[in-house]
Amino acid sequence: MLEVSDLACMRGEQQLFSGLSFALKSGELLQVQGENGRGKTTLLRTLCGYIQPSAGDIHWQGKPVQELDEDYFADIIYLGHLNAIKDELTALENLHISSALSGCTINDSIAKSALKRMGLRGRETFPVKLLSQGQRRRVALARLLINKAPLWILDEPLTALDVGAVGLMQEMIGEHLLNSGIVIFTTHQPLEVAGVATRRLTLT
Amino acid sequence: MNKLSLPGLLGLVIRRDLMLAMRRRADVLTTLIFFVIVVSLFPLAVGSEMDLLRKMAPGVVWVAALLASMLSLGRMFSADYLDGTLEQMLLVPQSLSILVLGKIMSHWMLSGLPLVLMSPVLGLQFDMSGQALLILVFSLLIGTPVLSMIGAFGAALTLGLRGGGVLVALLVLPLCIPVLIFGTGAVIAVTSGVSPASNLSLLGAFLLMSLLFTPWVSAQALRISME
Repeated sequence: MLEVSDLACMRGEQQLFSGLSFALKSGELLQVQGENGRGKTTLLRTLCGYIQPSAGDIHWQGKPVQELDEDYFADIIYLGHLNAIKDELTALENLHISSALSGCTINDSIAKSALKRMGLRGRETFPVKLLSQGQRRRVALARLLINKAPLWILDEPLTALDVGAVGLMQEMIGEHLLNSGIVIFTTHQPLEVAGVATRRLTLT
Repeated sequence: MNKLSLPGLLGLVIRRDLMLAMRRRADVLTTLIFFVIVVSLFPLAVGSEMDLLRKMAPGVVWVAALLASMLSLGRMFSADYLDGTLEQMLLVPQSLSILVLGKIMSHWMLSGLPLVLMSPVLGLQFDMSGQALLILVFSLLIGTPVLSMIGAFGAALTLGLRGGGVLVALLVLPLCIPVLIFGTGAVIAVTSGVSPASNLSLLGAFLLMSLLFTPWVSAQALRISME
């Protein structure tokens, strides 16, 4: 489904990585590893199309992503370092807007059940600025439960999460892989998904 | 679960931005109050000679509107940029241009429209005639969306730069000169007994042109700024 061939990326004058090739089929899980500053985030952002690679190609379902453009965007979810939620809005409003922006409108009951699963029951109508860092991250992660995009690109999804939420995250990734999804993620915490072999890509 | 249509996306973005603005009203009020104060300073500074004031009025109101619209430009994308929402918006599967158009329209409703509505009251301070007031309001109504659209392009280009707020004004103000000329020209024409139609049609042409190009150009500028 996702094929990356001979990818190279520059940030400023610095070559972060080059000659990077890998292919992922549905149901596969890829962890991108590397020390700080090796280009993990750059790689993920390049896969999302934010950054143009200096060399190499990214193919999604056999077609180059530059050509697919917005059709490709419909198939991915990107979760970055920033939560992309609005402090002034409630968790529910945030979820409605973020899922609509990623292409699908949902009703209240779907949104509420997603927030409930993320452990935010009773907090749905609080302005997000009153929530803790971990709870905000949970609001951001709730988007994963709603969108049906097959490719998840998660940059440090576990930041600020407690043990329970990390477990939940493993469960969600497992379910997504079972539904023939693909997950690419970076993390500095251990994240193992039961019954799935994690492929590892180390940037040096 | 339904896929959102293009008009649906436009509506969503406008609703969202208006909702955010309603929870943070101070931002909207500062633009309007700035406009009111700048326009009101002129009669105080220049004196109360009616003829002079009447002649100055269109220029003063238009320049003040231009400066006031610069104030809010910095906020157009920067809040979304800082909390990561803009990053997600770039991945919108429908059309980034339409999303940008939605942001432009909500920006105009929050910063341009209040100025248009306030302008007749301020015009009275300058002893403008009823007909001149009408044309002033009308020219602002066509002209201020153009300011928002050109501004969006500038704001997108300077996103994330240090001192972006001043830079965007330096970039956008010269581009707004034609709008200023024909906007004030329409009011001056009507006060000197000539038809303002040609000035207003040119303003209308600017509006259509920028409606066609600026959302797309701003969307491209955003992609460049986010790289």
